[in-house]
Amino acid sequence: MKARVFVTLKAGVLDPQGKAIHHALEGLGFSGVNDVRAGKLIELDLADGTEDSEIEYMCRKLLANTVIENFRIERLENA
Amino acid sequence: MNSAVIVFPGSNCDRDLAVALEQVTGRKPAMVWHKDGALPEGVDFIGIPGGFSYGDYLRSGAMAARSPIMRAVTEAAGRGVPVIGICNGFQVLTETGLLPGALMRNARLSFVCRPVPLKVENSQSLFTAEYDSGEEIVFPVAHHDGNYQADEATLDRLEGEGRVAFRYLDEVNGSARGIAGILNDSGNVLGLMPHPERAIEPAHGGTDGRRLFEGLLETVA
Repeated sequence: MKARVFVTLKAGVLDPQGKAIHHALEGLGFSGVNDVRAGKLIELDLADGTEDSEIEYMCRKLLANTVIENFRIERLENA
Repeated sequence: MNSAVIVFPGSNCDRDLAVALEQVTGRKPAMVWHKDGALPEGVDFIGIPGGFSYGDYLRSGAMAARSPIMRAVTEAAGRGVPVIGICNGFQVLTETGLLPGALMRNARLSFVCRPVPLKVENSQSLFTAEYDSGEEIVFPVAHHDGNYQADEATLDRLEGEGRVAFRYLDEVNGSARGIAGILNDSGNVLGLMPHPERAIEPAHGGTDGRRLFEGLLETVA
């Protein structure tokens, strides 16, 4: 089974990379961009039946730095 | 002093740190591979060097912090063994939780590589005993992810408890409160982004880093 983990910066944490992307979009002529924040997508190919709690543990232990990042797990049951 | 320098795949300042330790203490440190389960017997100082452990993949220092050897390092730190984490080493220490906060991408986004003026904020620690309180020194920096961040409560606590060891005098990387290096609550673990091991001999362009290691030797030996 596959799962996707989205790792994003916590609200309030400054994101200079997101800002740089924002400026670049504006430079390309996109005027309606209010803010940009960049995160990570980690795709996991896991043994069938892997528990949500185990994926969450992976996130807390390694995939996200919970000091500054949040994570969201998406299971792709039939992928 | 029986030093150990931890080496991860991608560490590249381990030899600089080893040279500095040998020059100042007269003894070659043990170079300890990250996969080892234990530190050599009788180690009384541990250095976690700079570099790009694991290529900075996922997050700088994230995977190095989960290496087998770090369990032994954490246990030794808990026993009071002095530990220094320089640059990538500082990142590793925050990732293990031995130090609070996190090191993020430099605020201006560029890799900063130059000598920077620092203020010694805490001259009481075993790492900074040879400096005067408030002394201005120069260490070189070379990093892309040196922006120290923590929540306000943590920052206030660090300041209040005198655990800010070094502070940048100029804007370098966007670090909160200009924090360049911090101590743990027991005062035996120091993490800093600048490189004291690269300011040991005149050929380095400055020798302000020598006294950090001399202070350690004085206390530990």
